[in-house]
Amino acid sequence: MTKHQSQYLIKKNNNEYEVVIGLEVHAQVLSNSKLFSSSPTKFGAEPNTQVSLVDAAFPGMLPVINEFCIKQAVKTGIGLNAKINKRSIFDRKNYFYPDLPQGYQISQYKNPIVGEGSVTLDLPSGEKKIGIERLHLEQDAGKSIHDLDPENTFVDLNRSGVALMEIVSKPDLRSPDEVNIYIKKLRSIMRYLGTCDGNMQEGSLRADVNVSVRKKGDKKFGTRCEIKNVNSIKFMQMAIEYEANRQSNLIENGETIDQETRLFDTKKNETRSMRSKEDAHDYRYFPDPDLLPLELGDEFIENLKKEIPELPDQKKKRFIEKFKLTPYEANILVSDIETSRYFEEVIKNSDVKLSVNWITGELFALLNEKNLEISHSPISAKNLSKLINLIKDGTISGKIAKTVFELMIETDKNPLKIIEEKSLKQQSDPKELEKIITKVITDNADKVKEYKSGKDKLLGFFVGQVMKVSGGKANPQLVNEILKKKLK
Amino acid sequence: MSEIIDLNLVELVQKIKKKELSSKEITKAFVDRSEKSKKLNVYITDNFNEAIKSAENFDSKPNFEKKLPGIPIAVKDLFCTKNLRTTAGSKILNNFVPPYESTVTQNLWDNGAILLGKLNCDEFAMGSSNETSFFGNVQSPIGENLVPGGSSGGSASALAAKLTPVTIGTDTGGSIRQPASFTGTVGLKPTYGSCSRYGIVAFASSLDQAGPMTSNVEDCALLLEVMSSYDLKDSTSVEFKRNNYLQNLNENIKGKKIGIPKEYITDKMPKEIEDLWQNGISYLKESGAEIIDLSLPNTPYALPAYYIVAPAEASSNLARYDGVKYGFRSNGENLIDMYEKTRSEGFGNEVKRRIMIGTYVLSSGYYDAYYLKAQKVRRLIKNDFDEAYKKVDAILTPSTPSSAFKINEKTNDPVSMYLNDIFTVPINLAGLPAISIPAGLDKKGYPLGLQIIGKAFDEQNILNIAYSMQKKIKFKNVINDWWLK
Repeated sequence: MTKHQSQYLIKKNNNEYEVVIGLEVHAQVLSNSKLFSSSPTKFGAEPNTQVSLVDAAFPGMLPVINEFCIKQAVKTGIGLNAKINKRSIFDRKNYFYPDLPQGYQISQYKNPIVGEGSVTLDLPSGEKKIGIERLHLEQDAGKSIHDLDPENTFVDLNRSGVALMEIVSKPDLRSPDEVNIYIKKLRSIMRYLGTCDGNMQEGSLRADVNVSVRKKGDKKFGTRCEIKNVNSIKFMQMAIEYEANRQSNLIENGETIDQETRLFDTKKNETRSMRSKEDAHDYRYFPDPDLLPLELGDEFIENLKKEIPELPDQKKKRFIEKFKLTPYEANILVSDIETSRYFEEVIKNSDVKLSVNWITGELFALLNEKNLEISHSPISAKNLSKLINLIKDGTISGKIAKTVFELMIETDKNPLKIIEEKSLKQQSDPKELEKIITKVITDNADKVKEYKSGKDKLLGFFVGQVMKVSGGKANPQLVNEILKKKLK
Repeated sequence: MSEIIDLNLVELVQKIKKKELSSKEITKAFVDRSEKSKKLNVYITDNFNEAIKSAENFDSKPNFEKKLPGIPIAVKDLFCTKNLRTTAGSKILNNFVPPYESTVTQNLWDNGAILLGKLNCDEFAMGSSNETSFFGNVQSPIGENLVPGGSSGGSASALAAKLTPVTIGTDTGGSIRQPASFTGTVGLKPTYGSCSRYGIVAFASSLDQAGPMTSNVEDCALLLEVMSSYDLKDSTSVEFKRNNYLQNLNENIKGKKIGIPKEYITDKMPKEIEDLWQNGISYLKESGAEIIDLSLPNTPYALPAYYIVAPAEASSNLARYDGVKYGFRSNGENLIDMYEKTRSEGFGNEVKRRIMIGTYVLSSGYYDAYYLKAQKVRRLIKNDFDEAYKKVDAILTPSTPSSAFKINEKTNDPVSMYLNDIFTVPINLAGLPAISIPAGLDKKGYPLGLQIIGKAFDEQNILNIAYSMQKKIKFKNVINDWWLK
């Protein structure tokens, strides 16, 4: 593991506390049907319209494993550089709740489908490997709705039985920032693989956050608290900060930390005790007798390996080696598969350096401003590539290009057409330029005198004047050359 | 009409195919007799009117290619039947009408059979005397106030009383074979994975198997071949070539090696059962079979292991009956109160006892000592059989340690009740097929059965042995219709 000295410390009086964080990420498997039934999994459907007799746990109904979900989990495991377990077992986790129709959740307890792996984070201070403990498959529960009626609770079973991957990290994270980068990296890998859309607003990615603190330099972990079901990176970070402070304060005051499950209140920005260790459920896990142990053949796994696309780490390496990008640039461009696709589309026919600048500059600013994913970019990669080529071949200047870019946003038209329609083409005809330059020289006789007497800096003034008269269209290089000649 | 009800399944099928009898005539005969059977309390829900209509439909467009053309059949109320109430003998499903059909019953209807009604059983198939049913105990036609056995007690009584030509039950620890033994009928528990569990109210998933209950071995073979199918809706269903068991029935068992396990000879075994067993052995020898003494050393641990594994699975399987989605609900002050009231009012005592045991053995701190250990024992029991089958083709044992007992005789002594299953549970734990055939009467005149245990998926072999023995034993059930109105 790469050594990385964390900067994130909680200071209390004369003590500094290090925060130790482990995440249990629940990632919804990208699949058209549920883990053990053929019901659809579409988000936002009318309540209880995506429920089969299996999902609602009718008597005599039996789970039948969805092979596609198994493949998705194995692929994710491969993407996490993890051991794929050829034999895994589905267990029942027993507890009563109205949105858990079976009275148990089918999960994997002692024998998960994926074992140990790792994720590499790019931190400002360098790379850091975060260990993955395991990945297992499990069913999601339904949803209890308490606020529709003053007396009754309603249950929506649309989510009941949807496949989740629980990805458990080792307690290797040391700050809210690392958590941010870790979640984003995990999401990026799963999006590359097409195994989870990572959409946190729709609940496709949630996490239980385990937090403990210890005095700087201590080897032993402190007592941890688990913050349940946090559904945004921002909330995770806030919860960790709150919790780290709370725990450090307790230690400072000579009190002990109770191992417990806590809830993050997003309105009050604080964590609250949900249940203590003593009240913890006894889930009475045992192997689900309705399902045989899951056995995966070597060929099954090998075939899936062949389906694994180039992942962010490999892509980053290639971008640096092949396109001479800086690690920073490469990171930005590979972090999201759609961005990397866009980039690779643009550079098919365009200059790499200009492409990087335009994508990370103008395009990102635009997407940010409009709050859009790059997959919904108003300017297609094809047209951006054309725009970049027009700059490269001198048809337009960088400055005009920005104007054209603005016009492309509305229409995503071919930039060449826009240039023609708006007559924005760069003025590169020496005769035409000479006319303008002559006029500028004539109009500024006093400045010409100063220039000729040695004030070289005034060349910029003349260029500016020419650009102004040409409406910004004059080819700056040519203008420079002609001006220098004329002013001799 | 009285002769129709005396015909067995194979005969009825022939008569229908030869157009000597119509489906309606047959159905009506069984409906008429069933309607006079209130004293036996075998039906929880009847389907008599619909059955007659279905029979008329069949007769108007008969398809004689079917294996059960227009044959009425009553089934255990553990099989979900589309649009007909399915209770599992429990108050908690008192009002439950499934919108789906179990695979096994669907196989019956697809083969031309007609649903007569739903038969009483122990609540969630938990019992050995059919006394735990919410719908009251079942009387055995063998004698007044005698239990028919359980849990498929309603099925056994209905069959022995000739209210249905054949029936189907489920067997988790002996629930087909023990009542068959008590009522002088034939009952077969197939290899685990032969008959789909889809749509059968679950008791203990790793042990439950549906099977045929009939008055003779030929009917048993025919009904099994209809019931058994590979089903993608049940992950534990096994894909293997299913035989035409009836067509392949062969009484020639010359040279077959039959094992006699010494562990099944218990100190308390009544003399008459031992005699019966000896008779069975003689018949097998006469037929040219070779008798081999063998040992199944882990047999004594089977019953305790069973009473850990089965309740453990049951405690989880029955968690879905919570008053939230379907079935009985008792309103409460709040959620927990509703759960508690629903489940304490909705389940009977035996079911609650097993949920408690099951919950206990799965609890953290006890799991390793009970559940895990029981699973290891289960493995050892299976190994015993695997070893035995290197030497023999089948194993012969008594089906039960006693004949039928009186109603209420054992209700206050669960352990003595559980001991009824001592010869049958090892077979469920090992997932093997076994058939119980009537082998004689005890001195009280109550039937007793012998059990033939086979190799996995070797149903044909045990049917053949049973067929051969049936011819030698020539058992005839003597039933006076004391219960007829």
